[in-house]
Amino acid sequence: MQLTEIRLAGFGGQGVILSAIILGKAASIHQGAFATMTQSFGPEARGGACSAQLIVSDSPVLYPYVTEPDILVVMSQEAYTRFAPELKDGGILIVEQDLVRVTDLPRHTQVYSVPATRLAEELGKRMVLNSVMVGFFTAVTHLLDPDAVRKAVADSVPASFRDLNLKAFEKGFEYGSTAHAVSAESHEDAHVVYE
Amino acid sequence: MKADPRGVLTGVHFLDGDHACCEGALAAGARFAAGYPITPSTEVVERFAARVPTVGGTFIQMEDELAASITLQGAVWGGAKAFTVTSGPGFSLMMEHIGYAAMTETPCVFVDVQRGGPSTGLPTLPAQADMMQARWGSHGDYEIIALCPNSPQECFDLTIKAFNLAEEFRVPVMFMMDEVVGHMTEKVVIPPADQIEVVPRRHTRKPLGEYLPYQTNGDMVPEIAHAGEGYKFHITGLTHDERGYPNMTPQVQDKLVRRLQNKIRNAADRIALYEEENLQDAEVVVVSYGITSRVAQRAIEMARAKKLPVGKLRLITAWPFPETKIRELSAYVKAFVVPELNLGQMVHEVERAAAGKARTFAVPHAGGSVHHPEDILKAIVEASR
Repeated sequence: MQLTEIRLAGFGGQGVILSAIILGKAASIHQGAFATMTQSFGPEARGGACSAQLIVSDSPVLYPYVTEPDILVVMSQEAYTRFAPELKDGGILIVEQDLVRVTDLPRHTQVYSVPATRLAEELGKRMVLNSVMVGFFTAVTHLLDPDAVRKAVADSVPASFRDLNLKAFEKGFEYGSTAHAVSAESHEDAHVVYE
Repeated sequence: MKADPRGVLTGVHFLDGDHACCEGALAAGARFAAGYPITPSTEVVERFAARVPTVGGTFIQMEDELAASITLQGAVWGGAKAFTVTSGPGFSLMMEHIGYAAMTETPCVFVDVQRGGPSTGLPTLPAQADMMQARWGSHGDYEIIALCPNSPQECFDLTIKAFNLAEEFRVPVMFMMDEVVGHMTEKVVIPPADQIEVVPRRHTRKPLGEYLPYQTNGDMVPEIAHAGEGYKFHITGLTHDERGYPNMTPQVQDKLVRRLQNKIRNAADRIALYEEENLQDAEVVVVSYGITSRVAQRAIEMARAKKLPVGKLRLITAWPFPETKIRELSAYVKAFVVPELNLGQMVHEVERAAAGKARTFAVPHAGGSVHHPEDILKAIVEASR
């Protein structure tokens, strides 16, 4: 695993930080690689802006911050506006498609869209949208071993919600397994709108 | 002595530095904390308050830092291993009682998760600007020990070390974290309790009538009475004789204060912990600590890619300062480069120990973020000329 910089961002309450913890655990505990996670630190009550930075690598991570993310996961419009310009050329953008309208992207960006909140609601609990997103992330990025991520989901959520979160993971993973990246050029399929 | 398994959360965890520090304290046997929670250190006591009832101990949220820093010392004299946790503004308030702990030889740990200052400064952002305060903040002549972890794993490992050093030398130990290390989450391995060494308190076993609280018989560190066993003792911040009673003669002052100083200074080389890399053929040595050591590592790798002969010396103990090591290096290296998240603190120690034999380049940063590795690289290139 090459050093990969990931930023996850959205509203407080969407489980952004927990998503980063799950992915970091999967890499560093269940997959034998290294991971360093930092989170934005401020008045992140429910509804406020919230972001996490995760760096994963086969060798120890030195510099703890994202400089130019290889992968950006955004779950709110505000997060998209703020962080999309940082994304590395040719990087991967993952969006919560019902909450983010993608505009003005560099041409080489690979865009993956998922209605994570809606899929979570289909399972009966909107709260698990982050596990849907983690599943989708795992499927489309091929960065982490899916079993390592499953283990990390299982040991990061309260026991009474373990099955539900694992179901949410599978739902996102399945959705991602058939998803195609859309480059920023072919905008119609990917909810990409140039203005 | 091995750790009490009740306090040891054996396993592989994904923890931030603050939480790892708390687990280190519990593993080391800390069963009492008094605190006045302050960002970015709050998570340490937040976790301690939740965890300590399950292992049989106490957390008290005090009315302020003065109260916290003296209450923990009451707990120590009552027999507990105890600590407090704070950040710059609170650390300033604790200085009086750090001096009291040094004077009364109360073994305890002060955790300072450093943020930008002066005053309330940058509550949520990093700095390493309390390093001199940790050493010199209270009045009078005294010595302390200060450790600087650079990862959550070290926050666990070195917190245990901090408690152990506190007991061995009967001295307050400063645990100098920074906001980045405190809030950074990484894998932390907590070993089984039987693999964790903890230093027990130096309780006296003398017959009741023969014990004098500050008698050392040529040793540097006196034995301590276990409250409740019947020993008589007296504790005061005033200059005291072997009985612990005030005695304000220059002779008693000289004997006491020199011992307080020398018990650490004479053991400095044994206490000193540092990590070194490529020092044999180095012309330039980067000296760093805490989060800055990780940023510096990236700069060192960039410099080595340019074929510059750069070595690394990472301070794990900042105090006592490993001046013997710097003196040895300055005999053959050209220069030291010292990046730190302040406008020049430990660099003065490096310069002092180098004594003009090697040049010293500061890479100052006022805090609020970490260095750009390029800035450290620039200093390395300049120092190599």
